[in-house]
Amino acid sequence: MNKNLLFQETHEWLELNGNKARIGITDYAQDALGAIVYIELPSVGETFDKGETFGAVESVKSASDLYMPVSGKVIAVNEELTNSPELVNEDPYKNFFIEIEVFDESELKTLIDEESYKKTL
Amino acid sequence: MIYYDKLIFELSKNERIGYHFKSDDFKTVTLPSNLLRMEPLDLPEVSELDVVRHYTNVSKKNFGIDSNFYPLGSCTMKYNPKINDQLASLRGFQAIHPLQPTSTAQGALHVIYETNRMLSELTGMYAYSLNTFAGAHGELAGLMIMRAYHDKNKDFNRQTIIVPDSAHGTNPASASVAGFNVVEIKSNDDGTVNIEALKAALNDTVAGLMLTNPNTAGVFEKDIKLVADLVHEAGGLVYYDGANLNALLGKAKPGDMGFDITHLNLHKTFSTPHGGGGPGSGPVGVSEKLVEFLPNPHIIKTDNGYTFKNFEDSIGMVGSFYGNFSVYLRAYIYILSLGKENIGKIGPYAVLNANYIQASLKHLYQLPIKDYCMHEFVFDGLIDQSTHVKTLDIAKRLLDYGFHAPTIYFPLIFSQSMMIEPTEVESKETLDAFIHALKVIAEEAILDPEKVKHAPHTTPVRRLDEVTAARSPKVSFKDL
Amino acid sequence: MHKYFPHTQHDVEEMLKVIGAKNIDDLFKAIPKDLQIKKDYNIPLALSDIELDHHLNELAGKNQILKIFRGAGAYDTYTPSVVSALSSRQEFLTSYTPYQPEVSQGTLQYIFEFQSMITMLTGLNVANASMYDGATSTAEAMFMANAHTKKNTILVSETINPSILEVIKTYARYKKINVKMIPMKDGITDIHSLDQSNDYMGVIVQNPNYYGIVEDYTNISNWIHEQGGLLIINQDGQSLGILRSPASFKADIAAGELQSLGVPLSFGGAYVGYLATTNALMRKMPGRICGVTTDVDGKRAFVLTLQAREQHIRRAKANSNICSNQSLMALSVTIYLSLIGKNGLKEMTQHVLNASHDLYTKLIHTGLFEPVFNQPFYREFALKARVDLKALNNYLLTHNILGPLEIENNVGLFAVTEKTTLKDINNFIEKVVAFK
Repeated sequence: MNKNLLFQETHEWLELNGNKARIGITDYAQDALGAIVYIELPSVGETFDKGETFGAVESVKSASDLYMPVSGKVIAVNEELTNSPELVNEDPYKNFFIEIEVFDESELKTLIDEESYKKTL
Repeated sequence: MIYYDKLIFELSKNERIGYHFKSDDFKTVTLPSNLLRMEPLDLPEVSELDVVRHYTNVSKKNFGIDSNFYPLGSCTMKYNPKINDQLASLRGFQAIHPLQPTSTAQGALHVIYETNRMLSELTGMYAYSLNTFAGAHGELAGLMIMRAYHDKNKDFNRQTIIVPDSAHGTNPASASVAGFNVVEIKSNDDGTVNIEALKAALNDTVAGLMLTNPNTAGVFEKDIKLVADLVHEAGGLVYYDGANLNALLGKAKPGDMGFDITHLNLHKTFSTPHGGGGPGSGPVGVSEKLVEFLPNPHIIKTDNGYTFKNFEDSIGMVGSFYGNFSVYLRAYIYILSLGKENIGKIGPYAVLNANYIQASLKHLYQLPIKDYCMHEFVFDGLIDQSTHVKTLDIAKRLLDYGFHAPTIYFPLIFSQSMMIEPTEVESKETLDAFIHALKVIAEEAILDPEKVKHAPHTTPVRRLDEVTAARSPKVSFKDL
Repeated sequence: MHKYFPHTQHDVEEMLKVIGAKNIDDLFKAIPKDLQIKKDYNIPLALSDIELDHHLNELAGKNQILKIFRGAGAYDTYTPSVVSALSSRQEFLTSYTPYQPEVSQGTLQYIFEFQSMITMLTGLNVANASMYDGATSTAEAMFMANAHTKKNTILVSETINPSILEVIKTYARYKKINVKMIPMKDGITDIHSLDQSNDYMGVIVQNPNYYGIVEDYTNISNWIHEQGGLLIINQDGQSLGILRSPASFKADIAAGELQSLGVPLSFGGAYVGYLATTNALMRKMPGRICGVTTDVDGKRAFVLTLQAREQHIRRAKANSNICSNQSLMALSVTIYLSLIGKNGLKEMTQHVLNASHDLYTKLIHTGLFEPVFNQPFYREFALKARVDLKALNNYLLTHNILGPLEIENNVGLFAVTEKTTLKDINNFIEKVVAFK
């Protein structure tokens, strides 16, 4: 279903588009969290290394950090999620969190495809 | 009975007053206008009877220990003796200014000194500071003491605190606030410290380990001496979270187990009222080598009586005065009312009560840890999961039976955690009624699961929408 | 048997049978023998109720109840009878944190009312369910500023109460935050000597300040905001009824002590702090927050919200470790403010303003004191004594009067409250003159 997406074990997906990429969380993650009440997102211009925390997702009873699948600079943030965090519960693959400029394409090799991701669950 | 749903602001009517105050014939002073409040003072205008009825009716929507059994695991909801409240309200305690000369407050200072001494004796520590306002505050001070100790020894690279994953959230949070990095190590299935994981995590960057004993699953750390020795050998200190001290009164002292720093929760183990969430009191205690680091001011006894003294190596002040005096005064009275002969019975009766409930229900509820428990234990949901009735549902259904639910979804190491702590004050009859209710609910879960899943049915409000409350928070009257 | 332990011999036997243990000691097998206590605790034998009554009355009698003319963070306030009566109701006193909102609507509702009153008094949008005290609340405000701006230096005015400063320094030291002082000039905060910087997370000021002086923070507000820092105002509860609100100075955070609103002196505690902030910083605020919602039947209900910020969920990543609040004292303040209402607070604060100036003038008139500062003040003021202040204070004690706090050699900090009458002041002056 999400053939062009790459995944990592911490439940983020990445959609590559040239040297840019969009990042979001998987259906498993949104279901485990329950109703999402707030999403803490970075500002445009911030840079993060692979594995660094770039934000957090909160539900009523839990909070989960979001981890960068690859290093990059934030070039866009999904503003809709500020007022409607529940969009991520509704469609986690359409409603991305951030869009980044990818620094090092070789890091993409460490990500896995959907089938492999599903095996880790 | 009609459900009372008014806010005090909704009772307000222009011109009504609820006070009687007379000023004298002073000359009227006016401050320059740029210093004065400009906005209207929108406080309620209500009569005295309005206020009395309002808060009386509001109180009736609450459940207290005086109402019924309150088995919140890890909270030690024991009876709050009325004599403590009565004597703590004496004018000679209430009307004293914290900055009046110590010679005029020797009674108060005696309370501070003796409470300190008795708590030290009960826990095997050398001295306490009562200046910390709550357990989390005591933890913070305790960790600051750890930092100060290592810094004094020039061990500046010791920046990490080890915490088991079964620990209460305040432990890693306090460590962070005190400037440490936190490493969580996986515990054994019963929540106890995994010795191999501990050994792997110990090195010369470790400042210390934080532990609760018994742990948050109600299990005693039998290897505690080994754990303490390992940490000490690695150059670290061991911190005792005293939340579960109730199991040990009469049986063991944290000081003997090798703990260097502790905090206690007087609103748990020592019966001071919980007050709806506070004020508590979280004294921080230390072994002899760490006394100088305790928060300022310290209390000392001289030939001329008690007085305060500031120590140079202290971590500093952690509050404006001497902690929650009116709270630890109650603990002082409690300890004296039990005395040497009785205080040692708390652990035995608390542990007896917990084991009785555990034994009576383990054929219906999942018991992840099968041995005798200490003062509390955890059920991990119903054994019969066929109807998908969860711990949340069981907790809500208990409210219909007039009991306060136990702690749910903590500790995090079990996914359907229900942590039950009866304390020593509950009679067999009360425990039997509680056991009976849980038996009935277990039956209902199979024969009428919807009833349980939609519980509670008889409380003033039911199953609140916490999602909307978190998405669009309305936290003040003007938001309505 | 003891009245707090209900177990009879028969009960114990029955229970052990169900458990399958021979005796209670068996239940403690997990504790290694060498750790089990062998001898009695070295604490006194139990006191009966009558003995306790005698003992505590004796202790209370060793504390001198004085007519109080000093403040410095704790004020001789009057607790209305209704406040004591209602806050000692068992449903409020013996309940705990509202983990099960369905049976805790009482606590949640009064917390909501408390938050509402604090937002109204401070002018800020959001307040939490209370903090331990004014000093720790101010320190937590500093942590909020640190988390929000990610900068590392906090500026603190030299006009702040030294105890509050000490607490701020303790909290800052371990979080590795730099504390830089803003000098005082003529009793007020003087930023003119300071350079701008891009490392200031914010400024902490106190109003009225330690010397009772009321400051205008407009310039400081503009100055710190220009540099991307926050304005944190520590303002005492009662003074919010008469002095300019933190919001009117564009404060980002207001924190302070509410003891002066009917909470007994009680030798320094339990008191209660508040913390209020703007919408932008709401999710950075520590402590419990109560919100309004509906239940499954559409009824209005109250619930703890925004819990995902707190320690029990964020653990090491929480901004604060705070767990409990001062709930019962917050209730006490809420009832107090409901009773005195808008008119009562106005009357009392005007009284305090008038009385403090009356005392000031009369003290100067005695010829024994001279002014230290020439600034507008509320409730408290500093005067330099032309006599030995220690000796004067000792003399006053023999007349059951607590004189000013000696804050520097022969400089006294005086305070009045709503309890201070004209008669009290005249009596005080009479004694001062008699000492001369």
